[in-house]
Amino acid sequence: MTAREITCIGCPMGCRLSVAVEGAAVVSVDNAGCGRGVAYARQECVCPTRMVTARVTVSGRRTPLSVKTARPVPKDKIFACLERIREAHLTAPVKIGDVVVADICGTGVDVVATMNS
Amino acid sequence: MTDIDTLIIGGGPAGLAAAIAARETGCESVLLLERDEALGGILRQCIHTGFGLHVFKEELTGPEYAQRFIDKAAELKVPVQCGTLVLNITRERIVTAVSPAHGLQRFRAKAIVLAMGCRERTRGALMIPGWRPAGVYAAGTAQRFVNRDGWMPGKRVVILGSGDIGLIMARRMTFEGAKVLACVELMPYSSGLTRNVVQCLDDFDIPLLLSHTVVDIHGRERVEGVTVAQVDALRKPVPGTERRFDCDTLLLSVGLIPENELSKGAGVELSPATSGPQVDESLQTCVPGIFACGNVLHVHDLVDFVTLESAQAGRHAAAFARSQAISHKPVIRVRDGAGVRGVVPQSLGVERIENEVSLMFRPTAVCKDAAVCVKIDGQEVLRKKHRILTPGEMVNVTVTKDQLTGFASAHELTVEVVA
Repeated sequence: MTAREITCIGCPMGCRLSVAVEGAAVVSVDNAGCGRGVAYARQECVCPTRMVTARVTVSGRRTPLSVKTARPVPKDKIFACLERIREAHLTAPVKIGDVVVADICGTGVDVVATMNS
Repeated sequence: MTDIDTLIIGGGPAGLAAAIAARETGCESVLLLERDEALGGILRQCIHTGFGLHVFKEELTGPEYAQRFIDKAAELKVPVQCGTLVLNITRERIVTAVSPAHGLQRFRAKAIVLAMGCRERTRGALMIPGWRPAGVYAAGTAQRFVNRDGWMPGKRVVILGSGDIGLIMARRMTFEGAKVLACVELMPYSSGLTRNVVQCLDDFDIPLLLSHTVVDIHGRERVEGVTVAQVDALRKPVPGTERRFDCDTLLLSVGLIPENELSKGAGVELSPATSGPQVDESLQTCVPGIFACGNVLHVHDLVDFVTLESAQAGRHAAAFARSQAISHKPVIRVRDGAGVRGVVPQSLGVERIENEVSLMFRPTAVCKDAAVCVKIDGQEVLRKKHRILTPGEMVNVTVTKDQLTGFASAHELTVEVVA
C-alpha cells in the first residue's frame, strides 16, 4: 500500500487529500471536504488524464495552427504526444475539427485542429 | 459622418456577444470595430482548454470558443471592421476611428458598447531594480509570441505572479521544451484557479514560492538571472532569504488593468476599485447611451461570464438606441462592505430591474466558511453561505426583483463578507 498526497481541483478549497493506493485501486481517501474530492482522488490516483494542447506549423501559413487532443490522454503520455504532434506536417486550408494526428501514441485519441487556417 | 444605432468597440468575446445580442433584439444598424486584424481578442492566443463550461456545457479551447461567436455574428450579418483603431469617443457619442482600409472615419452612434478589454501590468508598475535587459515579458505577451507567432521567448524561465496567465504559461513553456524554474508569488496564496496550480505547476514539479518576490534582475543585454527573496507580512523582502535563479527569461503575471483611455475621454466615470466604468443595472455608464462590459468593466476569471454580461450590455444598448430614453428615476448606490472589493454594478434603478440583477465582486482575502450578506439601508435582504471565498475567484450574487420590493426609494445597498 502506498500513500499519496494530492490537491483536489474540485473547487478553490484545494483540499489536501491523503490517498491510500493498493496496486491499481484506491483503498481510502482522507481529508476530502466533500464527495467530489473522493471522486477526483479515485480518478487521479488510478488513471490520471489531461487534455494536451499545442501548435503545429502549416505550410503556406505565416502563423501556427492550434490543436488539441479530442479527449484527455493518460498523463504519462503527455510528452510523447507533444513530440508526435511536433512532427505533424499540414497544408492549408485546415478547418476546426480536422484530424491532425489520428490515434496519437496508441491512446485511441485523435489530435484535432482548434482553429481555421 | 456615418449614423449607426449600436456601435461596439472591441471584437473580443465581450464585443462579439454584445453585437450578437444587439442584432438578436432587432437592431438593424450595428457596427463592430476591432483594432486587431481578426476577431476573437485574447482568446486567439489562449489555445488551452477550459472555456465554455458554463455557456456550452463543454470544454473548448479559446480559438474554438471565439469561433462560435464569430460564426454567429457572420450568420446574423453583423458588420465588422477589423484593423480599425478608435481614437476618440465624445459624450455626444461621436466616434473617430482610423484604418488602412477606410482612412479616417467618424460615426454618430445612438448607443455605444465599450468592450476594449484589459491589458497587462508591466515591469514598470512593479519597480523591480536592475538593468533593462531583453527577456522580461508580460506573461500574455509571451503567450502571444508562443501561440500566435510561433516564437519561443527563452529556455530557462522564472515566473513572477501566480495569476492564471502565468500558470498557463508555465505549462506552455514546459510543453515547448523550456525549463520553468519557479513561480514566485508575493501573496501567501495563489491568485490563480486551483485547477491551474495543480495542472500547470504540480504536474511538472514546478515550485510555487508563496510570500516571495523578485528583488533583482541580473544581466545587461539579456536576462542572466533573478534574485528571489521571501517577504514578511508587510510584503517587504526579508534580508538573508535571497537566492539566485540562473534564467534567461522572466515572465510577469502580476495583474490586468481595464483599458479605459477612450472611456475617460468620453467623460465616463471610473471606479477606483475595479478601474472600470461605474455602471448601473443595465451596464450603462454615467454618460447616457454608453454601456460597458467584459474586462474593460472589471477583470473576469472566466470568459463564460464575460459572454453573459456582454449580451446584457448589447441588449440594453440596442434598447437605448431605439428609445433614446434617459431615466431620471432615483437609484440605490451600491457600496463595498467589509471584506468586499469592486461590486459591479455600482448603482441600481430598482424600478428598472426586470427580474433579477447580478452583483459581482471579489473578496479582499481568503475566507473559509463565510457568508455573503446583502443589506439595503442596513436591512439584510440576502445571505448566502460559502465554504470558501478567495480573491482569485469572482463572486456573483443574484438579487431578485422580489427581494428589492419596497426599496425603490432606498439610498444604499451594501455587500459584505461575514465570517
